[in-house]
Amino acid sequence: MTRWNEDILLSVERMSMRFGGLLAVDDLSFNVGKGDITALIGPNGAGKTTVFNCITGFYKPTAGRITAHTLEGEKFLLERMDDFRIPKQAKVARTFQNIRLFGGMTVLENLMVGQHNPLMKASKFTFGGILGLSSYKEAEKQAIELAKYWMEKTGLTYRADDAAADLPYGEQRKLEIARAMCTRPKLLCLDEPAAGLNPRESEELNALLLHIRAEEDTGILLIEHDMNVVMEISDHIVVLDYGEKIADGTPEEVRNDPKVIAAYLGVSDEDVENVEQQIEQDVTGSGETEAPK
Amino acid sequence: MSSGGPAPGTDLAQIFKDLVVTFLLAAAIFGTTIAFKTETAIGGLTLETHYGLAAAVVGVVVVGRFILWMTVWRKRTVAVSVVPGGLKQAIVGKLGFLGKYFGPTMLLFALVFPFLPFTDRYLLDLGILILTYIMLGWGLNIVVGLAGLLDLGYVAFYAIGAYSYALLAQYFGLSFWICLPLAGILAAFWGIILGFPVLRLRGDYLAIVTLAFGEIIRVVLLNWYQFTGGPDGISGIPRPTFFGLPFKRGEGNFADFFGLDYSSMHRIIFLYFLILLLALVTNFVTNRLRRLPLGRAWEALREDEIACRSIGLNTTLVKLSAFATGAMFAGFAGSFFATRQGFISPESFTFIESALILAIVVLGGMGSQVGVVIASIAMIGGFEIFREAEQFRMLIFGLAMVVIMVWRPRGLISTREPSIFLVRKKSVSADMVAQGEGH
Repeated sequence: MTRWNEDILLSVERMSMRFGGLLAVDDLSFNVGKGDITALIGPNGAGKTTVFNCITGFYKPTAGRITAHTLEGEKFLLERMDDFRIPKQAKVARTFQNIRLFGGMTVLENLMVGQHNPLMKASKFTFGGILGLSSYKEAEKQAIELAKYWMEKTGLTYRADDAAADLPYGEQRKLEIARAMCTRPKLLCLDEPAAGLNPRESEELNALLLHIRAEEDTGILLIEHDMNVVMEISDHIVVLDYGEKIADGTPEEVRNDPKVIAAYLGVSDEDVENVEQQIEQDVTGSGETEAPK
Repeated sequence: MSSGGPAPGTDLAQIFKDLVVTFLLAAAIFGTTIAFKTETAIGGLTLETHYGLAAAVVGVVVVGRFILWMTVWRKRTVAVSVVPGGLKQAIVGKLGFLGKYFGPTMLLFALVFPFLPFTDRYLLDLGILILTYIMLGWGLNIVVGLAGLLDLGYVAFYAIGAYSYALLAQYFGLSFWICLPLAGILAAFWGIILGFPVLRLRGDYLAIVTLAFGEIIRVVLLNWYQFTGGPDGISGIPRPTFFGLPFKRGEGNFADFFGLDYSSMHRIIFLYFLILLLALVTNFVTNRLRRLPLGRAWEALREDEIACRSIGLNTTLVKLSAFATGAMFAGFAGSFFATRQGFISPESFTFIESALILAIVVLGGMGSQVGVVIASIAMIGGFEIFREAEQFRMLIFGLAMVVIMVWRPRGLISTREPSIFLVRKKSVSADMVAQGEGH
């Protein structure tokens, strides 16, 4: 028995997603373990972003069950929850393939919006805040501290008062992760976090993700095309092709799986030897067409 | 002429050509509109001619354009080639400096305005009108400017506020001070009612439904004759009292209590300060809300709704709260309107009112509180200045709107002030701020 099947953070069971005549995800089951970095990989159009959208509530799966387990032993059935309740109650946060920031708001404001729910409670649903209660001021101070912490971790402190749309691409990616972390998630879902990053930024991202795994008690589920990132930091890899799971295991197992190699490179099983070296290289994709509604 | 400018010869030819075109255009416009006028006379219409006036107007236009060519436009080409960029920088810097003191100065002026020597009944009434529109503009700014939801039926909430007070006073004899909060609550309630069906709508569809809502309210008020009086409206709405002291002649009234000579101006001055107070409350609450999680959620909603949901914001509640808060302030303003006029009818709440309030918000710069003030003064005050121009008023108004929208497409004050800062407050440039749904 592997670790992710024993200490489960999220389990997807027999999930299918159908768009009209297209079966985008077919009978998919996998587990995400606590304290793991789990990578969801697959060629373009394999259904990875669809799986993400189902987990985070933007799509409702046609069939199947998605369960989030909290540290306290509570269970949330994500496929039955409204999308905004998933980060709020089940503590599953996400980022987007095409970055979605609050462009006209500053970096600090973006991180404050990330802490909306606890702050809303502290402001007694605004009524206490209007009157200027000291309990709210205290909560706001703490929220700023958390925002500062994540700005420091992502190296954005020096841009705290700049508009998010003003940041370069790599920093916008980091800000989106920081904003998701400000919701204090138990599971962080990253949709191609390394897309469009240069090698140095990619390195920084790896360090950030490893930090989150080590320090934050947060599991990470990520979609990634950059095999350097995937192989370097993942503990567990799930491979999709045409909506079906074709492999599930440690990076080492997946790397040597003939089905995976065939799916990625489209060669017959006899040629496996030749392509093993090639899989080391970047398998870059031109981005997917599936976007959240 | 500077080395960068065109040669003098071609310049003159160009100017001449331009002036000829100007003359032809002006003659075509004013020749038809001013030179001939129909007058009702016994037995039908007669045609009056005003060739002299038309020629004078055309002359003013041509000469004015010639002067512009000789002064401003010529100087501009020179200035740009000599000090590139520097001039604009200097102007922007000065504007920022002005912006810092503009608010407090305006507030001080508003406080002493009724007591200034030149302030008469007419100016004070105009001040009340402008303040009413400032308050409505600030209220709509929450919905359109902050939450980014285009609302074309805002006047419906104004009407609900006005009718709430009028009907509560008529049927239950409640006083203004009890009705004021009730009117706000009722308008907010209807804001939520409107909010529900439009939650799923985006863009143009949202604007159309809000427009329809505004019309529905007006048509109901017009046709529910037994309850609202229909087109006859409601008259005899009680005037507000100064903590129970009416503004009337005789004993036990405001003037008598304070030992003043009775003057009809007391009531007007009181109304002026009442609407000033209401408007300031609107501004205070809006500014407070912007710094609270709810206000930030409104702005986040304008920026990206999907991102909002991904970090756990209940966008349904965020939208409803924006509609309700905006509607509440319109309700307050409406009950003030009713008590000031003493008479209301559905006539006062037509679509053009919604359009005017929206124009104030858009012209001022969406989300900008100071912008709303400037735009209200410019538009309502402008209406009064051009009252003489009669039917040309709308023409001038439309032209001014077009010019301003070309010059400043995002409104007079288009930058956004962050609600919180770590080190230094930096304004966010307009091209980064999203406009939200329906723009």
